[in-house]
Amino acid sequence: MPDFLTAEILARFQFAFTVSFHIIFPAFSIGLSSFLAVLNALWLWTGDSAYRTLFDYWKKIFAVAFGMGVVSGIVMSYQFGTNWSVFSDKTGPVLGPLMAYEVLSAFFLEAGFLGIMLFGRQRVGNGLHMFATAMVAFGTLMSATWILSVNSWMQTPAGYEINAAGQFIPLDWWAIVFNPSFPYRLLHMVLAAYLTTAFVVGAVGGWHLLRDHTNPATRTMFSMAMWMAALVTPLQIYAGDLHGLNTLEHQPAKVMAMEGHYDSHPDGAPLILFGIPNPAEKRIDYAIEIPKASSLILKHSLNAPLAGLDTIPDEDEPPVMIVFWSFRVMVGLGFAMLGIGMWSLLNRLRGRLYDGRWLHRATLVMGPAGFVAVIAGWITTEVGRQPFTVYGLLRTSESLSPIDAPAVGVSLLAFIIVYFFVFGAGTFYILRMMGKTPGTVRLGLRDGPIRTAGITPGPHMSGDPKTHTD
Amino acid sequence: MAFDLAFIWAGIIAFSVLTYVILDGFDLGVGILFPFARGPMDRDIMMNSVAPVWDGNETWLVLGGGGLFAVFPLAYAVVMPALYMPLVLMLLALVFRGVAFEYRWRTKRWQRVWDLAFFGGSATAALCQGIALGALVQGIKVADRAYAGGWWDWLSPFSLISGIAVLAGYALLGATWLVLKTSGPLQAQMRMYAWMLGIFTLFFMALVSLLTPFQNPVYFSRWFNLPGSLFSLLVPGLVLLAAWQLLLGLRRGDDLRPFLSALSLFIVSFIGIGISFYPNIVPPSLSIWEAAAPEASLEFALVGTLVLIPIILIYTAYAYWVFRGKVDPTEGYH
Ligand code: HDD
Ligand code: HEM
Ligand code: HEM
Repeated sequence: MPDFLTAEILARFQFAFTVSFHIIFPAFSIGLSSFLAVLNALWLWTGDSAYRTLFDYWKKIFAVAFGMGVVSGIVMSYQFGTNWSVFSDKTGPVLGPLMAYEVLSAFFLEAGFLGIMLFGRQRVGNGLHMFATAMVAFGTLMSATWILSVNSWMQTPAGYEINAAGQFIPLDWWAIVFNPSFPYRLLHMVLAAYLTTAFVVGAVGGWHLLRDHTNPATRTMFSMAMWMAALVTPLQIYAGDLHGLNTLEHQPAKVMAMEGHYDSHPDGAPLILFGIPNPAEKRIDYAIEIPKASSLILKHSLNAPLAGLDTIPDEDEPPVMIVFWSFRVMVGLGFAMLGIGMWSLLNRLRGRLYDGRWLHRATLVMGPAGFVAVIAGWITTEVGRQPFTVYGLLRTSESLSPIDAPAVGVSLLAFIIVYFFVFGAGTFYILRMMGKTPGTVRLGLRDGPIRTAGITPGPHMSGDPKTHTD
Repeated sequence: MAFDLAFIWAGIIAFSVLTYVILDGFDLGVGILFPFARGPMDRDIMMNSVAPVWDGNETWLVLGGGGLFAVFPLAYAVVMPALYMPLVLMLLALVFRGVAFEYRWRTKRWQRVWDLAFFGGSATAALCQGIALGALVQGIKVADRAYAGGWWDWLSPFSLISGIAVLAGYALLGATWLVLKTSGPLQAQMRMYAWMLGIFTLFFMALVSLLTPFQNPVYFSRWFNLPGSLFSLLVPGLVLLAAWQLLLGLRRGDDLRPFLSALSLFIVSFIGIGISFYPNIVPPSLSIWEAAAPEASLEFALVGTLVLIPIILIYTAYAYWVFRGKVDPTEGYH
């Protein structure tokens, strides 16, 4: 095994790989479970069968995505211990209880009501079925809340002291849970999940509208997705701005890396739109910049001084190249989403929402945008926190388990092969289901008793429009 | 015996692990028996008997791991690296079997592949859990708040035997669950398997129990001195009782009794393991109190746990109730 592949590098890569795969599924299932709850509620309320058709359509896609989220998540919860045991020993007293609460208040809720939501309608009746659907959605939001509190604490630790064994000891739970970056991160992530889902639903809607723009279910889903895009994107950009200001306060080095500010600017820092970071020379090559704009955004004043990475010791600097680019990818996609949202408003006003073919094509292209933005955002956050796992207090290099590089290397290879194979197949099945129009009877090929089917697999048939009892 | 927060927490963690073992035990067991089904119809029925509940069952595993991280962080930090290979293998196996529940209905050409993944994943996960248990019983080297052994230490004849014991035990749970949930030829087939697996499981349990005292002299003294020796008599007695009930239920053609007896068998063995371990959480040297998180963490986590676990048990029971009764094969197709 080559020398540069140390156990630390391999373990970091393994964590980054598995968590990046994992986050794809929550980003989709948090949004989709809320969407399903809304669809079911609208169906119960209006009796409009388009909503019911959409519920049954997205529910099957949800079942597959959720399954992938569960199995990739279980890997995460054990990886803290296998690869980052020193980190686990030290942060366990603070972070462990939060994660235990996540299991107790979120995972069990999701898992417990999932079966009933997916196919229990006939067995429990519409009312309880609606309740189960809402509980699944609520569970995913609870899960996001706890895990983001955990992550935020590692970014902006608060409410702790350190004991003789070097462990973080809780002093004030309120301060730990509601640590300084938590509210911003939670808001930004939940909106990100909703946007991700909106753009997937919009892309599927756009695809089917291109082929048949009269199907009422297709029109409904496209319209709903475009409302989300138009209304939530501006909110998200605003939330992102607030988040950035908060980061500037608590993790200034991260913002310096995001902005590409190697040098301090005593009288107004420029906003670097593009350029190529040159870590060796500590400057941005070929920079295209707007003078003083960065100070305006971050300090709300043209001439406000901004410190640069030259004020940070080298050994505490995050890798600029990655953070600089991932941040631009996220923000760029945010503005592209805004563009789609505004375009859809325009077409809506002109009454052309369902036959503006170029808009439909554009939404199709933007289908994966949410996933890319979510991953880019997390890379910004996590790489920008380096070289620490608990910001300013515990270094990544000091968090590692006493394991050998070959062990991590072999397991990393196994994860890569298995994830690409298994989740690749799942993505293929999801895409194939999305390719069929809402209302297709055999959406999932053998729509027999999917997991939705239970001990008596009768009620799964409720998934077929044919057998509707409404 | 100190009855304090750490002790209570040891009890709660033991409870979640036990709940995991018996719940996921039967659905992993169904996976282990999957290739022995006599046709596509039987396979569909077998999978549907666990489909609505497997996710909830597996969540107990997350609670076991997450709970350990929260209240015994040192134990978590020592055990996970020590069992690196069997645990990673188990996680990968669980990935395969978890997705198989959905994927096998989504493709015709590859259905075979996912059926195989369901079997292979279930069997591998069961085997790895047994190996991990065996390795834990053998003891884990700790120095300086960290795992101090090599990355092959977990592998030994003893851990392999205990892996096979768990594999057989889960298959037994699965077979008796199917006796409860199915009817006709499939049920008869499972009843026959339950016979064989019952005998097989008892044999391996006896073997593991006989070998355990030789893994570490401490176990010896715990089992053959008071007050442990009281339990030493009780545990084998209870095992025999459960075994007798199992065979009786199978012979009389009962639906429920074999399943309950198989569960009891697991519960009793689990208590036996608990006696061997106490007061350690990681044998041979890390005690419950040494591994425990500070009081503030234990208290904070306990408050919510005492409220939430009963609620979880209630709605989990409700979900089982909603899907009660036999799997009806004719309803499974259109
Ligand atoms: C923003 C939300 C979010 C983030 C950042 C994470 N997760 Fe996650 N996770 C979820 C949101 C979520 C979810 C929406 O609740 C999932 C996705 C699908 C599902 O079943 O639940 C889930 C599933 C899930 C499961 C399976 C639960 C079950 O058995 O039902 C585990 C064990 C974890 N996650 C653990 C983690 C860990 C250790 C993470 C950090 C490294 C992590 N998750 C990041
Ligand atoms: C779900 C979205 C997340 C993504 C995509 C993500 C991504 C990443 C990436 C890319 C790294 C590697 C940084 C580097 O090594 O340069 C990392 C590190 C890390 N993350 Fe996250 N992260 C996420 C959430 C979390 C959460 C919720 C936690 C905690 C509960 C967490 C804990 C850690 C830890 C402990 C490390 C240090 C190990 C390392 O440096 O690789 N992450 N993460
Ligand atoms: C265009 C406007 C946006 C701005 C100004 C913005 C700003 C930010 C900032 C500053 C961070 C890093 C915070 C930190 O680590 O301290 C961040 C992280 C993140 N962003 Fe954005 N963002 C924008 C758009 C988006 C969009 C459109 C998405 C996804 C749909 C998204 C998803 C994320 C995610 C998942 C994270 C990581 C989690 C977190 O720290 O909240 N962002 N964003």
